[in-house]
Amino acid sequence: MTQTTTNPDQSEPPQVQVKSTLSFLRAHMREYGILFALIAIMAFFQVATGGILLRPVNLTNLILQNSYIIIMAIGMLLVIVAGHIDLSVGSVMGFIGALAAVMIVQFGIPYLLAGFLCLIVGGLIGAAQGFWVAYFRIPSFIVTLAGMLVFKGLTLWLLAGQSVGPFPQQFQRIASGFIPDLLGGENLNLFSLLIGVLVATTILVLAIRARNEAGKTGSIEEPFVFFAAKNGLIFVALIYMSFLMADFRGLPNVFIVMALLIAVYSFVTSRTTIGRRIYAIGGNEKAASLSGINSQRLTFLTFANMGVLAALAGLVFAARLNTATPKAGAGFELDVIAAVFIGGASMAGGVGTIVGAVIGAFIMGVMNNGMSILGIGIDWQQCIKGLVLLAAVIFDVMNKKQG
Amino acid sequence: MATLLEMRAITKEFPGVKALDQVSLSVEEGEIHALVGENGAGKSTLMKVLSGVYPHGSYSGDIVFDGQVQTFGSIRDSEAQGIIIIHQELALVPLLSVAENIYLGNERATRGVLDWRATRDGAAKLLARVGLKEHPDTPVGTLGLGKQQLIEIAKALSKDVRLLILDEPTSSLNENDSAQLLELLLEFKRQGVTSILITHKLNEISKVADTITVIRDGAAVSRLDCSQGISEEKIIRDMVGRSMDDRYPPRVDTATPDIAMQVRDWCVTHPIQNDRQVVKNVSFHVKKGEVLGIAGLMGAGRTELAMSLFGRSYGRNITGSVQIGGQDVDLSTVRRAINAGLAYATEDRKTYGLVLDQTIRRNVPLARLNGIANGIVIDRQKEAAVANQYRTRLNVKSSSIEQETINLSGGNQQKVVLSKWLFADPDVLILDEPTRGIDVGAKYEIYTVIRDLAASGKAVIVISSEMPELLGVTDRIYVMNEGAFVGEMPTSEASQEKIMATIIRSGDRK
Repeated sequence: MTQTTTNPDQSEPPQVQVKSTLSFLRAHMREYGILFALIAIMAFFQVATGGILLRPVNLTNLILQNSYIIIMAIGMLLVIVAGHIDLSVGSVMGFIGALAAVMIVQFGIPYLLAGFLCLIVGGLIGAAQGFWVAYFRIPSFIVTLAGMLVFKGLTLWLLAGQSVGPFPQQFQRIASGFIPDLLGGENLNLFSLLIGVLVATTILVLAIRARNEAGKTGSIEEPFVFFAAKNGLIFVALIYMSFLMADFRGLPNVFIVMALLIAVYSFVTSRTTIGRRIYAIGGNEKAASLSGINSQRLTFLTFANMGVLAALAGLVFAARLNTATPKAGAGFELDVIAAVFIGGASMAGGVGTIVGAVIGAFIMGVMNNGMSILGIGIDWQQCIKGLVLLAAVIFDVMNKKQG
Repeated sequence: MATLLEMRAITKEFPGVKALDQVSLSVEEGEIHALVGENGAGKSTLMKVLSGVYPHGSYSGDIVFDGQVQTFGSIRDSEAQGIIIIHQELALVPLLSVAENIYLGNERATRGVLDWRATRDGAAKLLARVGLKEHPDTPVGTLGLGKQQLIEIAKALSKDVRLLILDEPTSSLNENDSAQLLELLLEFKRQGVTSILITHKLNEISKVADTITVIRDGAAVSRLDCSQGISEEKIIRDMVGRSMDDRYPPRVDTATPDIAMQVRDWCVTHPIQNDRQVVKNVSFHVKKGEVLGIAGLMGAGRTELAMSLFGRSYGRNITGSVQIGGQDVDLSTVRRAINAGLAYATEDRKTYGLVLDQTIRRNVPLARLNGIANGIVIDRQKEAAVANQYRTRLNVKSSSIEQETINLSGGNQQKVVLSKWLFADPDVLILDEPTRGIDVGAKYEIYTVIRDLAASGKAVIVISSEMPELLGVTDRIYVMNEGAFVGEMPTSEASQEKIMATIIRSGDRK
């Protein structure tokens, strides 16, 4: 009580244009912390594995392995920001993989049509769960826990306990294909490299433009050093990564899908009224409702969206394994949720970013991959991942208390 | 009679506000002492000091209880001395039984194992003492409010009470239950229990009180002995009398003859209790350029009226019609209400008004995001410009628009809430307790905004429990009591005595 009433009036600093570097770093510890953590973890494994981590083959593999987690983390971020949780995504993903297998392999439905139908079914599943959460206020934990059991069961039933596969080649290419080199590079996929450079440049230009815009209204907070370092780093890292991948077989198709999703959802969450409203209902649903925001419909939509993304992840996963198994997706919801929380989202809702969630997923992914290369058993991998999640959230909470 | 409790020169300050200023209170052994005053006068603060909610050291002055200076560090300490306070909001666990509630935190047990027989027998005896015929195993949630109140009292008795403090015990009770409760107080008095009764119902005071202390603006203004009979006039005057100069911006009559909003026969039922009508057949109008006040005590139904109008955010079975600008309007959702030109700033800005974790910049445009977006894409420059504009216009003291609203003081938070609704550009703006808990300077600024709005042709409705505020800032006042409008007067003819009398007499008529 005193916290909120005491400080403000007397602490009226002069119009600060650019805060000092140190205080800025302290205030934005979280955002940078996560990025530094990823870099540190990558550097550690790069050294520990004797350079295997960033070999073109392994990097490509790393992205393919984690693509479905990242796709779902994007949807989960919205759900968690809105103040809810979805425990069913792993099962839904498995179910959709099974559905695709049954449609394509057993019934011979064209893969494009089947894929499209799967996305619709995913959306319907999400909507069905969101309906109870949004309009009947059944806690999302319960609704999606039920969903998790239901779709686990339905997957078993659909596959009759058997694995179903293999898929036709074109379908497999969703997950294991690479974009062709239209520029005809010899050992290097030049087209992929070009795309990488273009994307990196676009991101840099957008960042500079945003900073200039903010400069006009006098609300720049980030010191220039940080701005330059952060964006320079991202620019170089993106080009280096696309170079590495171009050196192998080029950019994977999934990578393109992922990149598009990240771009679109980042934009939606940070720059549109819909995004703004989702953060508002997660931050204070009552206040948002009394400001004329239809919180029920938005909650419903975030769950429907989650369903579609879980379905997409299911297709990617099935295509990657080239078979649908009854066990597919089991436990994935935990990795997805962990990624979102490591990425700085708050259990209470209203806080979190798409980029944070993606970085969180990469942290988990790099650790999985690195530890596997080092030959660390699954037992210790689980322990270490658990402790990292705990540490990240403790860091968050402590940071918030100080701030 | 000996003096049981003496509070000497108690002063309690909150940042920016002196809640209690040298208040002294003296209670004789075995009497019923009434503590009266307006909402926010400092009664509850005084009792929190006494019961240790505000621990020793956080206030200045002495508490002498039973002849000894006490230094309570928590409620536990004061309860150990037999000082038991029963709050307006009952602290019972609905799913536990009557007996379990009575002994909650004070269980009949040996080494952690509950003694159910002692619990039930003890509870049965205490229930008999308060005259409640319920089985000790009944879940508390199934009982009415009146009975729950009695269970709270039984709980107090289980702790060997020496001084029983009741904070507006009858505010949510019906006539019968209230009478029964007062009867019980008299019975306790015969048994030698001393009580302090916090209330603003004068008929209750005249029925049971031996002595009255009137508190106003954080100071004890008078102490009246009831044995010589009491004058209602004097109590009312002591409760409300204070100077009003320079607290309000000068009033300019800006009201036009055009009616901005007309509400007819508005009825609202309580969202859970089906048989309880919270707003009863209320009809009123407000003109363009007019500041309208709605006076009443807490629980009169004013907030319920406003929230039910604003997108049916409260209550069930809402009936009645509303016209804004001469047109029938559909107010069935908040969005529709906003589009129809209505806005409502809640009394509880932290729970209902702001997204506290977010910045000023994000809170200001929340009710009209379309105003800062092209299609669905937010124009960040426009957003910053709007936030800066209102931050300057309302003088929101903050480091920048990027400051999170949780770190603002109450007054500045209120200004952000106002900014949000000003940006939504309504025709009719309802402000519910717009200055609760904020300092005098910020109050003046908010009053100025209200008058400016009226001058620009908007209709403003101010709901307030502080009568001087209504007299200082409004043009016309409706008085509400127990869900109904019981009086209407131009502010020029109104006085605090007149409003208070209207409220009290409407209650007595029943």
